[in-house]
Amino acid sequence: MKLKIALVGNPNSGKTTLFNSLTGNNQHIGNWPGVTVEKKEGLVRNNKDITIIDLPGIYSLSPYSLEEVISRDYIFNEKPDVIINIIDGSNLERNLYLTLQLIETGVPVVLAINMMDVIAKNKDVIKSESIAKLLNCPVVEITALKSVGLEELITKSTDLVTKGYKYRPVVWYKEKIENIVSTISEKIKRKVEPEKLRWYSLKIFEKDEKVLEDVKLDPKDKEEIFSLINLYEQEMDDDSESILTTERYNYINRFIEKVYFKNKIKAQSMTHKIDKVLTNKYLALPIFVLIIFLVYYLSISTIGGLLTDYVNDTIFGDNGLPGLVTGWLESINAWPWLIGVIVEGIIGGVGAVLGFLPQMFVLFLLLGILEESGYMARIAFILDRIFRRFGLSGKAFFPMLMSTGCAVPGVMAARTIEEESNRKVMIMTTTFMPCGAKLPIIALIAGALFRGSPIQWLIAPSAYLLGILMIIISSIILKKFKGFAGKASPFIMELPDYHLPSIKGLGFTVYHKLKSFVKKAGTIILVAAIIIWFLSNFSWSFALTSNAEESILASIGKLIDVIFTPLGWGNWKAAVATFTGLVAKENVVSTFGVLYGFAEVGESGAEIWTLLAVDFTALSSYSFLVFNLICAPCFAAMGTIKREMGSRKWTLIAITYQTVLAYVLSLIIYQIGMMFTGVFNIGSVFGILALIVLIYLIFRPNKYLKKIEPKSL
Amino acid sequence: MNTLDKVKIGSDCIIHKVSGERPIKRRLMDMGLIPGTRIHVRKLAPLGDPMEITVKGIELTLRKADAFNIIVEEVAEE
Repeated sequence: MKLKIALVGNPNSGKTTLFNSLTGNNQHIGNWPGVTVEKKEGLVRNNKDITIIDLPGIYSLSPYSLEEVISRDYIFNEKPDVIINIIDGSNLERNLYLTLQLIETGVPVVLAINMMDVIAKNKDVIKSESIAKLLNCPVVEITALKSVGLEELITKSTDLVTKGYKYRPVVWYKEKIENIVSTISEKIKRKVEPEKLRWYSLKIFEKDEKVLEDVKLDPKDKEEIFSLINLYEQEMDDDSESILTTERYNYINRFIEKVYFKNKIKAQSMTHKIDKVLTNKYLALPIFVLIIFLVYYLSISTIGGLLTDYVNDTIFGDNGLPGLVTGWLESINAWPWLIGVIVEGIIGGVGAVLGFLPQMFVLFLLLGILEESGYMARIAFILDRIFRRFGLSGKAFFPMLMSTGCAVPGVMAARTIEEESNRKVMIMTTTFMPCGAKLPIIALIAGALFRGSPIQWLIAPSAYLLGILMIIISSIILKKFKGFAGKASPFIMELPDYHLPSIKGLGFTVYHKLKSFVKKAGTIILVAAIIIWFLSNFSWSFALTSNAEESILASIGKLIDVIFTPLGWGNWKAAVATFTGLVAKENVVSTFGVLYGFAEVGESGAEIWTLLAVDFTALSSYSFLVFNLICAPCFAAMGTIKREMGSRKWTLIAITYQTVLAYVLSLIIYQIGMMFTGVFNIGSVFGILALIVLIYLIFRPNKYLKKIEPKSL
Repeated sequence: MNTLDKVKIGSDCIIHKVSGERPIKRRLMDMGLIPGTRIHVRKLAPLGDPMEITVKGIELTLRKADAFNIIVEEVAEE
């Protein structure tokens, strides 16, 4: 029998661990349509007829947060056969609050009490049978991490369907509430399914906007119902929604002591001790800096960096795979263009991307440790004050840091940010940080146009500063547009107890992150690399050409270079170099090399410094640098943006925004810079206009932000 | 009566009422901040905001601006 089971639970309840233990490698990971929230589906390991859908971690089924609305919509539109509600056994009270709401949906619920090993160790007592009787749903004790109790969980879930499930309300509210609810039920009973009647009636009592939209109440009925509710609200001096929330918690409070005995928890006093140091008033920030430094040092400078260099230079270097493949292809007399497309196009293009795998592996591993151990939540706690100023979350730090290595893990790291609009902003802007592959461009410009200049040493730091500044400015600008206007939501977060991360859990996270990356490299990046290779190696007569100037790409460059004239570098070589930078940013340097007639140039392109200095001025070269730092990132990063955004539209918006911002910035820098040298023409007017527009966008009032006025009591 | 953001660090209080706009109020209450609940105010973040509170054995962090919505009665230390 085919079954669809929805997995629901609080964040930190062990939901992901349970999902992984149940499904193993039979997972499909994507996004919920159009949003940045991850959607995971999987088949149960030894019963492929059962599909498990991992819904986002939530505390409630309110209509206010994206994650909660996704869960609600899924439960009502996709109609899962069973809901498995996983709850943390060491925090029964708050977890059961969601349970009560899930039961009210009318979908059969199986309660999985997790972390029974911890419960046993602390000598806490949970009377599962009493809970089962009270809530009218099967209760299974499990330890997701050790895969204990999972078989029983699946059996009980299937039993619910085969043996039939009869919904009955478990929470009866105060008589006055029930009276109103039954009036509502009477009015809507023909509009909704019988087992959903109570849910809809309760939601209408709460004046839930989403439900009121769904159930189109007769205006006369609505007026009658609302006047009843309003009267009751006046009597209670509170709104109906809060009254029900309070009632649910009160219901739990009434029975919790009979079914749950909690000893003083060791883990918690341990957590308090650790926090005395890690979130200490004076130590917190220095320790944070130290940890960041370690993450950076291990992943980008040392282990990850070395491994990446090894892969790039040895495996994908001239004497590595490309050499071997060339030799083999030549030995079988393959066509030269085929050798070219395979070695330079495919191996070169995909290799450039795969080279970052080791670095990403180390980064994700360390990030996973920080997340699972509970430190990540503390980072939000420590840094919130700083980042809030710019409308960002404390966790925005990580995407920025990762992006200095590679934008791909940087964009992925945005996943840890709690709120959708903040997540979107970070996905769109984190690529502004100069990644490892942009460093050669910086070295090229600093070497070619600023050599010997007193500000030569400033070029590299200015690139990092520009990245940070642009992220902050973008956050301010974007937050004033409708698509980013987050709903007024408070910053309230759990600080979970510290615990040692499990190797199994970490392995899973890292494996799946890398898998999706490699998949991307094998598809979109592969195609893009081949196309760019053909364009740059074939002439319009479709003959292989070794003269770069005859290539299709060159003629495209000559056609479009006028676009960059206002930026000061309207020459086709620069246009082509920018274009090939889309495959991998380090291509910018090697393309210049080829276009200036060198077969091979060093990493910073020292061979072409003199030639480049002829085509550029210091100002136009800096404008070129800025454009290449900020504009659309490489295909790998664009692919990652698409995956994280989960929407074609938002991917397009992101890439357009990046490119337009890059253009505007370069325009301002070049044109205003030219004015200082005494040149004033139509270009200067556009430069000034662009600057005014930018300043306006930063400082215009935000009409989507409601100011909270302090009221006196 | 006081608002939670003004409660002395290290002291306890009991929630009297939660106010604020619907989404904010609902979220705070969903997290277990219900009238009658006892709160221990543990500490402030190193930069003075947000604050860390303990509710029913769970550590929560929230901004002072949001804590302003929670009206509490301070209780004497036991």
